[in-house]
Amino acid sequence: MSNVTTASTKEAKWWNGGKSPFDVEYGKVMMWYFLMSDAFTFGAFLIAYGTVRFSTNGWPNPNEVFKSYPFAGEGTNAPLVFVSIMTFILIISSVTMVLAVHAGKMMDKKGVVRNMIFTIIGGIAFLSCQAWEWNHLHHEGAWWGMNPFINADGTASTTNFTNFFFTITGFHGFHVFSGVVINIIMLIMTLLNKFEQRGHYLMIEKAGLYWHFVDLVWVFVFTCFYLL
Amino acid sequence: MSHEAVLHSHDSHGHDDHAHHETFLSKYVFSMDHKMIAKQFLITGMVWAVLGGLMSVLFRLQLGYPDASFPWLESILGKWAKGGQITPEAYYALVTTHGTVLVFFVLTAGLSGTFANFLIPLQIGARDMASPFMNMLSYWFFLTASIVMLCSLFVETGPFSGGWVAYPPLSALHDASPGSKSGMDLWIISMALFVVSSLLGGLNYIATILNMRTKGMSMTRLPLTIWALFFTAVLGVLSFPVLLSGFILLIFDRNFGTSFYLSDIFVNGVGALSNEGGSAILYQHLFWFLGHPEVYIILLPAMGMVSEIMSVNSRKPIFGYMAMLGSLFAIAVLAFLVWAHHMFVTGLNPFLGSVFVLLTLLIAVPSAIKVFNWLTTLWRGNIRFTPGMLFAIGFVSLFISGGLTGIWLGNAALDIHLHDTYFVIAHFHIVMGVASMFGMFAGVYHWFPKMYGRYLNNSLGYIHFWVTLAGAYMIFWPMHYEGLAGMPRRYFDFSIWESFKQFAELNRFISTVAMIVFATQILFLINFFYSIFKGRKVTDLNPWKSNTLEWTTPINPGHGNWPGEIPEVHRWPYDYGKDGVDFIPQDVPVGANESSH
Repeated sequence: MSNVTTASTKEAKWWNGGKSPFDVEYGKVMMWYFLMSDAFTFGAFLIAYGTVRFSTNGWPNPNEVFKSYPFAGEGTNAPLVFVSIMTFILIISSVTMVLAVHAGKMMDKKGVVRNMIFTIIGGIAFLSCQAWEWNHLHHEGAWWGMNPFINADGTASTTNFTNFFFTITGFHGFHVFSGVVINIIMLIMTLLNKFEQRGHYLMIEKAGLYWHFVDLVWVFVFTCFYLL
Repeated sequence: MSHEAVLHSHDSHGHDDHAHHETFLSKYVFSMDHKMIAKQFLITGMVWAVLGGLMSVLFRLQLGYPDASFPWLESILGKWAKGGQITPEAYYALVTTHGTVLVFFVLTAGLSGTFANFLIPLQIGARDMASPFMNMLSYWFFLTASIVMLCSLFVETGPFSGGWVAYPPLSALHDASPGSKSGMDLWIISMALFVVSSLLGGLNYIATILNMRTKGMSMTRLPLTIWALFFTAVLGVLSFPVLLSGFILLIFDRNFGTSFYLSDIFVNGVGALSNEGGSAILYQHLFWFLGHPEVYIILLPAMGMVSEIMSVNSRKPIFGYMAMLGSLFAIAVLAFLVWAHHMFVTGLNPFLGSVFVLLTLLIAVPSAIKVFNWLTTLWRGNIRFTPGMLFAIGFVSLFISGGLTGIWLGNAALDIHLHDTYFVIAHFHIVMGVASMFGMFAGVYHWFPKMYGRYLNNSLGYIHFWVTLAGAYMIFWPMHYEGLAGMPRRYFDFSIWESFKQFAELNRFISTVAMIVFATQILFLINFFYSIFKGRKVTDLNPWKSNTLEWTTPINPGHGNWPGEIPEVHRWPYDYGKDGVDFIPQDVPVGANESSH
């Protein structure tokens, strides 16, 4: 056991059982399996959403529901502009996360710190946007069990449009929030030189996996609620 | 913690030479040693098994003696047994809690929690789990879930009483039944905590098996126990989150006025609901997407342990190692593709139903492969009938008996007649309930010497086995006939139907046997707890003459398992009777003239 070398060396031997099925360290295996597990959680939500939506006669038109943005007056008609900005912010935060992971691989502490700060700002900006959107919809009378919007064909809508919207975007928002907390912890650990001492920035990479997953889920949530 | 840090911390635990300060709390309560965590899971599981078993005795009392009155019942159940007779509400609560507790707390946490924790590091040659801390958390989430569930038994309106599957609207409406009030809230909180526990445990088992194997322990040299526990963990990690999603939607329906599972139906005593657009069937899909893999989460660890115990005690290699492994994999995959066979009478599209029939019946193929491989492992073996071995053989017997009725029930046309009858009760109790319980007993009898450094009493073990095996068949075999005659499950009292009066005697017989079998389990408990402290001491490092690595550790291994270096593995674990040698442990290098297996 004493001949275990560190991660930063390319020939690092994570595992001494002969042939490793995946050439990764155990924490990364755990993270991948966790992400698969979490994908099933979101999958179940989105399939439930699809089941209910397609067994219902009508559904509100997202272009009619999501057409406002902050500081716009009543009756603004800018369909999906705000949510596009939100999505853009989240995807950019994924890019800065990639840069942070890359800086970690280069053992560039400054780069990690800079890009982690950008990623955290991106996450907080996304959450703020979501908070504004929820608040705006709530003011229009939408909430769990309350749906002020009518179906695209003009008929009365069931409450399941808002029920699913708030539950699933809320659950995703909770994931983004957890990601921001994790990223803040990672930033603090970087600043405290924890990873420099360990000789590798694997924790940043694992946090990155989670962050990209949360972004990827948003792509599906966005498609299901705003585009379809 | 980085991998390296973990390895070093393991090293520091591994050497006995430097005294390492252990208080009662750190050794027995907040332990991060996988062996202690396994024991914690086992004891908690046993407490639940006793409670869950006791519940079944109580409701069997009602079914066997519907007209009798037992004043002592009122003294333990209070208002739930006014005048010595169990009330219908209490009956449903007992049935529900019995199911929930036995399925999740005993046969999931108690079984894989115990043996995955205990066997994985010992059999793959690791000092501990990949993350001992997460492992401890896993137990503490399970214990918290247990405590919440226990509390739900004592709330004013009673525990949840809508069946262990918790179908809406019974579970979604507060006013549907007394148990649907705070009892259901606690039930769902407990189950959510349980899902977290199973996730933390499962991730750990997977990562440990993939990454922490000792030198030479390639995947195809793993004992079948480890493969079974690996697939179990994967099943759990991928199916429990779907249940969690289902539960989150259920919580919203209960408390926040949503209509995921509720539509404008009329509920007796509540009236027409104001909800619209939801689907109760949606819940059933989400539930059974976990519910069916759950059956295999319960069965696979038992299968793995039975394979190992059978090979050791037949003094023969397991027959068809790769076939055993392939069938485990096939079962794990098929487990995700058959859930709607629980829903044939929900109005499922008959074509879709027939697809699920096909996939369900396909499970018979890997199951049969396993059965034949067990039988051929026994064939002409030099069998040692230890209590563990007897329970392993009992498992195979029960798995065959219960598996065959699965072919009936998996058939959509037959299922319309048999659905929700005692036939189903008989089927799943034999194939999954009692069989896995037998796997668990086999494991406890077999690995008790490793767990506590002492033997269980054999004579008590034999009595325990024979009474339990005969009793299990006497309890559940007659239920097939009752089910074929149409006797529905979950009914409080059958004596008011003329057509079921003929079963009064039979029901009394079943109830009587159930009580005897329950009493026999107390014999096992006495044996267990007595032997921990006073049992015959193990003097031989390898009492079963087994090949696997856990028997290369000291009789009472400390934290870190091996005092020195971890042994290197040179062969698969089933070299029994090879070249005329009784057994060759895995850490023995391959000899020059040795034949290949």
